[in-house]
Amino acid sequence: MSDLVKLTVTQAKKALDDKKISSVELTKAYVAQMENNRNLNAYVLETPDIALKQAEISDAKYAANTAGALEGIPMGIKDLFCTKGIRTTACSHILDGFVPPYESTVTQKLLDAGINVLGKLNMDEFAMGGSNETSYYGPAVNPWKAKNSDANLVAGGSSGGSAAAVSAHLCAVATATDTGGSIRQPSAFCGVTGVKPTYGRCSRYGIIAFASSLDQAGPIAQNVEDCALLLKVMAGYDAKDSTSSLKEVPDFCAALGQDIKGLRIGIPAEYRPEGLNADIAACWDKGVEMLKARGAEIVNISLPHTKYALATYYIIAPAEASANLARYDGVRYGLRVDGAHLEDIYFNTRTEGFGKEVKRRIMIGTYVLSAGYYDAYYVKAQKVRRLIRDDFNRAFEKCDVILTPTAPTGAFPIGDKSMLENPINMWLNDVFTVSVNLAGLPAISLPAGLSAQGLPLGLQVIGRAFDEMTMFKAASALENDICFVRK
Amino acid sequence: MAEFVIETPKGKWEIVCGLEIHCQIISKSKIYSGASTEFGADPNVNVSFVDAGMPGMLPVLNQKCVRQAVKTGIGLNAKINKYSNFSRKNYFYADLPQGYQITQFEYPIVGEGKVIVDLADGSTREIGIERIHIEQDAGKSIHDLSPTKSYIDLNRAGVGLMEIVTKPDFRSPEEAGAFLKKLRSIVRYLGTCDGNMDEGSMRCDASISVRPLGSSELRARAEVKNVNSVKFVMQAIESEAKRQVELYENGEDMPQQTRHFDPATGGTKFLRLKEFSDDYRYFPEPDLAPLVLSDEYIQSVRDEIPELPDEKKERFVKELGLTTYDAIVICENKETAAFFEKAAAGHDAKKVANWLMGDFFAMLNEKKIELKDSPVSAENLGALVELISSNVINGKTAKDVFALMVKTGENPEKIVEEKGLKQVTDTSEIEKIVDDVIASSPANVAAYQGGKQGLFGWFVGQVMKASKGKANPVVVNELLKKKLG
Amino acid sequence: MVVDTQTVKRIASLAKLKIDDDKVEDVEGEFNKILDWIEQLNEVDTNHVEPLLSVNDENLRLREDKVSDGNQRDAVLANAPMSSYGYFVVPKVVE
Repeated sequence: MSDLVKLTVTQAKKALDDKKISSVELTKAYVAQMENNRNLNAYVLETPDIALKQAEISDAKYAANTAGALEGIPMGIKDLFCTKGIRTTACSHILDGFVPPYESTVTQKLLDAGINVLGKLNMDEFAMGGSNETSYYGPAVNPWKAKNSDANLVAGGSSGGSAAAVSAHLCAVATATDTGGSIRQPSAFCGVTGVKPTYGRCSRYGIIAFASSLDQAGPIAQNVEDCALLLKVMAGYDAKDSTSSLKEVPDFCAALGQDIKGLRIGIPAEYRPEGLNADIAACWDKGVEMLKARGAEIVNISLPHTKYALATYYIIAPAEASANLARYDGVRYGLRVDGAHLEDIYFNTRTEGFGKEVKRRIMIGTYVLSAGYYDAYYVKAQKVRRLIRDDFNRAFEKCDVILTPTAPTGAFPIGDKSMLENPINMWLNDVFTVSVNLAGLPAISLPAGLSAQGLPLGLQVIGRAFDEMTMFKAASALENDICFVRK
Repeated sequence: MAEFVIETPKGKWEIVCGLEIHCQIISKSKIYSGASTEFGADPNVNVSFVDAGMPGMLPVLNQKCVRQAVKTGIGLNAKINKYSNFSRKNYFYADLPQGYQITQFEYPIVGEGKVIVDLADGSTREIGIERIHIEQDAGKSIHDLSPTKSYIDLNRAGVGLMEIVTKPDFRSPEEAGAFLKKLRSIVRYLGTCDGNMDEGSMRCDASISVRPLGSSELRARAEVKNVNSVKFVMQAIESEAKRQVELYENGEDMPQQTRHFDPATGGTKFLRLKEFSDDYRYFPEPDLAPLVLSDEYIQSVRDEIPELPDEKKERFVKELGLTTYDAIVICENKETAAFFEKAAAGHDAKKVANWLMGDFFAMLNEKKIELKDSPVSAENLGALVELISSNVINGKTAKDVFALMVKTGENPEKIVEEKGLKQVTDTSEIEKIVDDVIASSPANVAAYQGGKQGLFGWFVGQVMKASKGKANPVVVNELLKKKLG
Repeated sequence: MVVDTQTVKRIASLAKLKIDDDKVEDVEGEFNKILDWIEQLNEVDTNHVEPLLSVNDENLRLREDKVSDGNQRDAVLANAPMSSYGYFVVPKVVE
């Protein structure tokens, strides 16, 4: 492995600025790394030619002193982001061969800042899953292995490819999306750092929709600083997304390394259910102690409706998804499985084109919206969603950020029967992350230690809506004390 | 009001009918995208990636469509809802790329209102508006290019629509027809929809049921879809109501159903029963936050509302002395009313109205042209009436002058001047002609004076003829009476 | 609420998904398990709670009415499984 790929974005940018390395050199190192680690199945499409061409342009810009904020940084893009002229499938069979004639706003901003695109990253089909195993292209593999075992572990999901790629240095940084934990949980599983920003912070234009009221784009990177740097570029109002916020995007990097004395850290009782994994509990306690040692104030808080977040999520997300995925009908793009009548094309294409988990969620979503059940399920879920948000609002009167574990376990083996046979077991992976999406809040997951098996565990810092600054501030302090040793 | 009762040997029935009218909103771009709404483009040219339902595309609401809906609501005396939201209506259809239509469901932008319709017997009737909501139009499938394939054009997909829903207040086909005409007139005045039913920019669904006369029950309805002219809507209501009466009287079932109108037979045809295929699974559109309008905004729209046909009619009757009938006819069309006002300015309005409704409309009909293409301008029509009022020409000459105006587009003063058609009011000049006529027809003079009073008209005619029609008939009459004794 | 075979078939048909007859029972069983789990929400008293439609507090922003898009037929049709004469083409739609 070339040492170049171990550089963080910030370090690489500095080396490029100082003309110590060239973007072509850096990109070549990543292309080699990517090609040598195909066993991880992190990329579903490699675009080394595009990356190298972009790298040449980046080098020219460095020479001309017109380099952008991320000029020449080789990046991986989750396959949920539409990339102009580059196949985008959401890792679904139904989008076979789809080449978008447009670019998502987030990737456009990154391109404008000078990034190079190494390829499209693996993910759960339409971002539905917690282990990347629903991908039409097979699961991404976690670069970490448990002690004394050679078994392949899941990279988490849905942004498993993004987390695995960053963890194994197959790209300097990656885009990802988070609907119920899809950035944070895989980041925790792979020992990397990922941010789900406030709902409305990043434009959703050109990101293939899963659940529109929950989806948010964010970065997965090697550390908090890179996340702050990336998010600054990715975020911002977009006239093409009516739900994107007009709020100004602050310089998130300014929050790093700040004194956290007096910062009030909320610890929600409901996140420590009976039987919480001991390693995770210990990791969490350690985090609390670190913050305390820095003079932060620890506040016990209650988020009483936490217990109902998953069920609420599994009504709202499938309902929205059932409508969002209606457009995949074999008529205008992607897969068409022929039939005598249009109606047959609908049935054939959708039945063959969608995987099992996606179909399951479409069915649930269709059911909870159907006549006679709408009030009992969907409206009920929207009401509980309000209660969940109100819980957070109340909690944030007493604290400035909330610290919780990211996931209830570390990475588990690919093909785990209990997960595959009972979808609810798989969904429980999101138990600590979904509330944040339902309430629209920002949260970051950072690696906080290793389990007894030697697998990374993550801690999550949740901030107030549009207060990523305080979230970064706390995360930066924690990261400093944790001194996690990455792959 | 003329009562409309379906009478059979077995009983008397009345109609209960409500209308849903889809009006295409006048705007430059589509309701959720920046693609053009212009008609007649090549297939799929006026299509954005949003309209085509491409992955990751998001709707952004067009402010003009909102304004047009609010305007229409105010025009229909309706409540404007300061809070409204959008919903997805889910169904699969070749013309519907997203697999759902973004519409308004629980909270429409406009609430209850009312429209007064004028009926043929001079009576009026109030029709309640239930709501108006805004939504996107679908694309178009072309089925006749190939025997085995359908061709899909999305140019129309995403054009803004207002769906105007009435209360089930119609008791006769005539009321429905009168309402549609009134609605068309109002939206045209407002400039919110061009109201052309034959071009599909205004489309009507009618919900029809019947009940025994005098009862207040509501029976199962048949919804007749997409009827594309006022006449057809009236026919559809009548024939469908009669069909239902026959079913009931034969003891047959009339389940809730969807039908369509067949212009060839004037009747309706069964399409489908209302059942689970109509489970549209509405839910709030997560891509668009609720729409909140301020009082200031609503007032600013109110300030833009022009004088509408009812007020205008009122004013024409009260201030200009028009008959109610003339006022209704003139006010139905915004352009006609404007033309009339221009023509009547400073002249005898009632006379202008007579000319407009008489010779002028007859001329348009005969030439099969639109008002805007008339060779006679409003000013010139007014000037013509003025020439009559001020005795410059008489009514008979005026008809000739009008014919020349139609032919040349010239103003009447110029025509009268050039052709020397000015009426002669100089008594001495006319007196000379009268004397000549009397002198040259001794036999008729004798006959008249002998009691043949009917000959008076013959004398008038002779004088007018001799004056080439220019003599003022009043003066001619007076002189003849005096001279003939 | 317990979902029966009929409902499972109806829902699948609404979603345009085929379920093989021998799979219906499995789907039905799983469906009921999930709904059973979801129904824990009934424990929550929501009598005086308004549904949350949007976590966004900002008012809906509207677009100016100008033509800024379209005129890109080739791009619109580029991914179509079948197209001709500028149209998307599908087997005949039976009304």
